[in-house]
Amino acid sequence: MNYVILAAILFSIGSAAVLLRRNAIVAFMGVELMLNAANLALVAFSRMFGELDGQIMAFFVMVVAAAEVVVGLAIIIALFRARQTISLDEPAELKG
Amino acid sequence: MQSLIWLAIAIPLASAAFLLLAGKRADAWGHWVGVAASSVAFLVGAGALLEMLGESGDHPGMTLTLWEFIPGGDLNVDVGLLVDPLSITFVMLITFVGTLIHFYSVAYMEHDVARRRFFAYLNLFIAAMLLLVLADSFLLLFFGWEGVGLASYLLIGFWNQKNEYATAANKAFVVNRIGDIGLIVAMGMMFAAFGAVDFETVFAQAPEASTATLTAIGLALLLAACGKSAQFPLQSWLGDAMAGPTPVSALIHAATMVTAGVYLIVRSAPIFNGAPDAQLVVAVVGAITLLLGAFIGMAKDDIKKALAASTMSQIGYMMLAAGLGPIGYAFAIFHLVTHGFFKAGMFLGAGSVMHAMNDGVDMRRYGALRGVMTITWVTFGLGWLAILGVPPFSGYWSKDKIIEAAFVGDGWQPWVLGGAALVGAGLTAFYMSRLFFMTFHGKARWNDEVHPHESPLLMTVPMMILAVGSAFLGLFLASGDRFAHFLEPVTGHAEHHDPVIPIPLIIGLTLALVILGAVIAWLKYGRADVPEEAPAGSLATITARNDFFQDSVNRAVFQRPGQHLTRTLVYGDAAIIDGAVNKQARGWARLGEGSRKFQNGQVRSYALTMLVGVVVIALVIVMGA
Repeated sequence: MNYVILAAILFSIGSAAVLLRRNAIVAFMGVELMLNAANLALVAFSRMFGELDGQIMAFFVMVVAAAEVVVGLAIIIALFRARQTISLDEPAELKG
Repeated sequence: MQSLIWLAIAIPLASAAFLLLAGKRADAWGHWVGVAASSVAFLVGAGALLEMLGESGDHPGMTLTLWEFIPGGDLNVDVGLLVDPLSITFVMLITFVGTLIHFYSVAYMEHDVARRRFFAYLNLFIAAMLLLVLADSFLLLFFGWEGVGLASYLLIGFWNQKNEYATAANKAFVVNRIGDIGLIVAMGMMFAAFGAVDFETVFAQAPEASTATLTAIGLALLLAACGKSAQFPLQSWLGDAMAGPTPVSALIHAATMVTAGVYLIVRSAPIFNGAPDAQLVVAVVGAITLLLGAFIGMAKDDIKKALAASTMSQIGYMMLAAGLGPIGYAFAIFHLVTHGFFKAGMFLGAGSVMHAMNDGVDMRRYGALRGVMTITWVTFGLGWLAILGVPPFSGYWSKDKIIEAAFVGDGWQPWVLGGAALVGAGLTAFYMSRLFFMTFHGKARWNDEVHPHESPLLMTVPMMILAVGSAFLGLFLASGDRFAHFLEPVTGHAEHHDPVIPIPLIIGLTLALVILGAVIAWLKYGRADVPEEAPAGSLATITARNDFFQDSVNRAVFQRPGQHLTRTLVYGDAAIIDGAVNKQARGWARLGEGSRKFQNGQVRSYALTMLVGVVVIALVIVMGA
């Protein structure tokens, strides 16, 4: 049960980082934190109910997260090259 | 040859297309292509006529189905041609007079830069007119009907660099469209009543249909005929149509196209035979128009407009005859054929005079042309004697028969219709003699810039041929009732009826009135001096000179209220129908404006929205569970 609470805390920290920080790298780290919080919750539930489904899901999440890191970092570099900044508030051209 | 009759339509049509597409390189010889196409059409028609004359039996001729046109379930229409005595009569008239006028036009249009285009339109007209008379269904007839309307429009406005000529073309087109509505409505009613629009089915079922249906169809057909044939109340376009080159006036607006309405009525005889009321309306319209045209003709100083009024009046005679039923059909067509000859001849004569007078059309500036233009004088004179109805010239044989037939019947009809026809003969004699004397007799009233001269042979030979027709065609066709017997398979056998007054008396009265009219005209315009400027004239003269104020009447009765109606409708459309749609659209646009604010381009606020959404969904699930 403690693990689930820890996962909730980690998720909240991660989402706070995404929402509050302007730096793209930090926001990105927040996203990773949220993913890992989800993983922790999955593994914790897996152990609580004695089934392997959650752990298998966690492996999938890790693989997807690895791919996501590659794409995400590439976007940040492209953003920096185009604008010499990685502030998330800067690109707002899609404003309606 | 009858099975090849489609060539008579196809060849002029192909020639018209060729002349329009060939471009400048055909300018030098293109008109001869047009002449050749018309001549070949005449030869095909003549071959078909000879074959038909050789046939025995009650129903000479044939129906030629070319291809399936509209295979539409309940409505099946084939493209088919009907070759019978009536249609072959028209084919001969159209191609013979048409070919002569083609030859004439070669000389008449010699100095016109657009002569090739002129011949293309003439060929188009020949093709469309032949399609009109040869069609075996009302729908195919309608194609020819519209085709001649188009050709007429193009040719009236041939010199459309002059604004008023272009307006005249538009006027003819618009008035004709009003008549066309009648034909479309008639076809719709035929389809509703008989389930078909081809002549064979419709005419076979017509005797069983109710009188009300037949009357309605007949009146709709009459509207169509009035539009095409310039009959009251749709007569206003014909006078202005004289804006076209004179050969066009001769061919389209005298000999052939304007008689299409008479053809339509006679062709639809089985419908009219079952609708006496519609017949009476046809006869009354004819009587009104023949008097109206005669009055207008008496006051006009423009030679072409006087002839146009005369055309209107003579077609009134044909309509009157067609409205008399089986006793009149053959005479209507007979008068149509003789009129085609003498009126075309006189129009060509008028063209020859205009040619000599530097295109002047004011008869008050003519006079004494007899000496300088002998051939024109003689040929025009024969046409003049023919239209007056002097025996033994053509008009006597056809017009007198109509006057006699108009006196047949009981009640008030023979007196009114016959009286109108009789008075019309006297008026005709007056205005045609006035025109003839003002042009060819009296003192010369042209100025020094004009050097009258006889026209070239290419123009005078067609005039001579038509003059021979004006002189002898009536006698030839009337002897032994040859023409009436020829048409009998189509028009039906007519019982002989005695007029309400004896025939010799009718003939005597007619001749007396004709002589009276001609003598008055001689005294006023032949012997006495004709003032070069038109005198102010009495109220009657002014009325006739202004075509009975037909344009003002049309403007006040139809155009103005029509404009007000359309303006009201346009306003209503904009305010109510468009207004509802536009207001609604504006509402949606405003909604979009409002919701646009949520799209602020900030990634982090999107993330917040997503998070809030996820939390809400999670809460709903947890609470729900």
